[in-house]
Amino acid sequence: MTHEKIALRDVVVLREGRNVLDIPALRVERGEVLALLGPNGSGKSTLLSVIALLLKPDKGTVLFDGQPAGGAALAYRRRMAVVFQEPLLLNTTVEANVRSGLSLRAIKRSAQGERVGRWLGRLGIAHLTRRPARELSGGEAQRTNLARALAMEPEVLLLDEPFGGLDAPTKSALIGDLNAILRETSTTTIFVTHDRDEALRLSDRVAVIINGCIRQAGPPQEVFSSPVDAETAAFLGVETIALGRLVSCQDGLAIIEVAGRRIEAVETGPLTPEVLVCLRPENVLIQPAAGSHGVSSARNHLAGTVQKLERLGAQVRLDIDCGFPLTALVTTQSADDLDLRIGGAVIASFKASAVHLIPRGASDPPRANPKTPDEISATLGRYW
Amino acid sequence: MDLIWDGIREAFQLLIHGDRDLLEVAGLTLLISGAATAVSLLIGVTLGTLLALSRFFGRSIVISLVNSGMGLPPVVVGLFVALFLWRSGPLGSLGLIYTPYAIGIAQVLISLPITMGLTLAAVQGLNPRLRTQILALGASTPQMIWLLVKEARLGLLAAAMAGFGAVISEVGAAIMVGGNIEGETRVLTTATVLEVQRGNFDTAIAFSVILLALAFAVNLALTLIQQRRRPL
Repeated sequence: MTHEKIALRDVVVLREGRNVLDIPALRVERGEVLALLGPNGSGKSTLLSVIALLLKPDKGTVLFDGQPAGGAALAYRRRMAVVFQEPLLLNTTVEANVRSGLSLRAIKRSAQGERVGRWLGRLGIAHLTRRPARELSGGEAQRTNLARALAMEPEVLLLDEPFGGLDAPTKSALIGDLNAILRETSTTTIFVTHDRDEALRLSDRVAVIINGCIRQAGPPQEVFSSPVDAETAAFLGVETIALGRLVSCQDGLAIIEVAGRRIEAVETGPLTPEVLVCLRPENVLIQPAAGSHGVSSARNHLAGTVQKLERLGAQVRLDIDCGFPLTALVTTQSADDLDLRIGGAVIASFKASAVHLIPRGASDPPRANPKTPDEISATLGRYW
Repeated sequence: MDLIWDGIREAFQLLIHGDRDLLEVAGLTLLISGAATAVSLLIGVTLGTLLALSRFFGRSIVISLVNSGMGLPPVVVGLFVALFLWRSGPLGSLGLIYTPYAIGIAQVLISLPITMGLTLAAVQGLNPRLRTQILALGASTPQMIWLLVKEARLGLLAAAMAGFGAVISEVGAAIMVGGNIEGETRVLTTATVLEVQRGNFDTAIAFSVILLALAFAVNLALTLIQQRRRPL
């Protein structure tokens, strides 16, 4: 028995003769929360419009419960609900807005009242019932937008950057509420965002979309810890990406030479003679060069000089020249204690397990729009 | 100045005494112009909305024609309606010339570009993504159009006011196709013209004051509807 709720097969969207979306396959399981994560202009909103049956693809099929949905778009659209970044509420009261989707579905007035009341309460906006939508704050408007979608009790909920214009506390509270609702209702949800934290907080699975192609999909921790190519790694917050040469590989430990420096990394998969060495800035430990580094489990200790120092509130980003550029994040307090300054000598340490290696073939050159099935397979790697 | 005061005084006297002729002329004016505006709104809102939502070759030319039509001289409309309804004209067999229907037809044609043009502007002024949002709510195409029209209702009421204002104040077409026949096709504007021609300036002023009051009352009612806060 299949648990597939939504599936895409060979979907292509062209704009001015150019592929803006090329999705050979995508499956969303029943009750799953999938985050479509990608930079601005990557095609993720276009993909959501295709799934919502608001945009007909130039090629390919959208399957809903295993059935092609294109032929009866309206009937399938009524089994889904879409929440856009901009609330786009009707010029009427909050209650009438939440009721609007139910009226369009010709749901009985008595049933409408019960549902509207329940979802207004669930989203914490019951006190706004009679308020004109145009008098709402950004957070209230987005809660109304979500209540409008959830009141339809859709089989599939599609969210297009729904927290985009909100301030941090409002966004955090809304994500918390939405997460609880999605877990409680087990609604199949596809959630578009460019925010990695939002994806981590809400999703069961992440699909990274870049230049109209899904580069990688899987559980969030797996995708974030093991990006399949350089572009994906960079988008997922890997700030040090350096080309290295595989020197040896023994007992699960790979030795890589990068710009004359030796780096030890845990081997997690097949490697090629040339690899990309990926390192997250938060995994780098900084010590003063003067004192010798103490005994620790870190396998890598590279001497370097600080090239750039950027204060980001509670943290400081350091660009260090270790023979190759390496980025590290330290707390402001640590930066002050270590007396870090541009031109200063430091030791950058990191564990072998913190290094992620990408075989050169999977990332060179980055493929924006793979054309053949082989190219697609190569790009999507073992995840597809 | 005395003439103007006499006219205003006469207007009040006519109103207070419930002058039968005046009420008949005012009633016919309201009936013809109201009906013409209603028909023009029905057609204009439909065509304006479709024009706002559709894309076709030559659309810009059609929009330019509609916008130009907003300044269409009533006398020109009257001339062409008269030519069509004239006994020997293409629609002469209908026997509509010099009837209230002929005035109504001319007034529909005068106000149609106004209602259509203002509807077009009102619907085009809506957030373009609203259409997608309404479809995403599960609306069929007719439901989507209906919701968009409701969203543009402030603009549509402006179209109603402008359309009504244009037809209740026009005189050229009403005289040409109505003939200003007492008890049959005499409306406030044509009656005013007649009284001026007769030299009865005080009566003409009285008719004008009543015409202005009528136009103001209708527009006030529409404005109150437009400006009140209400759900869909």
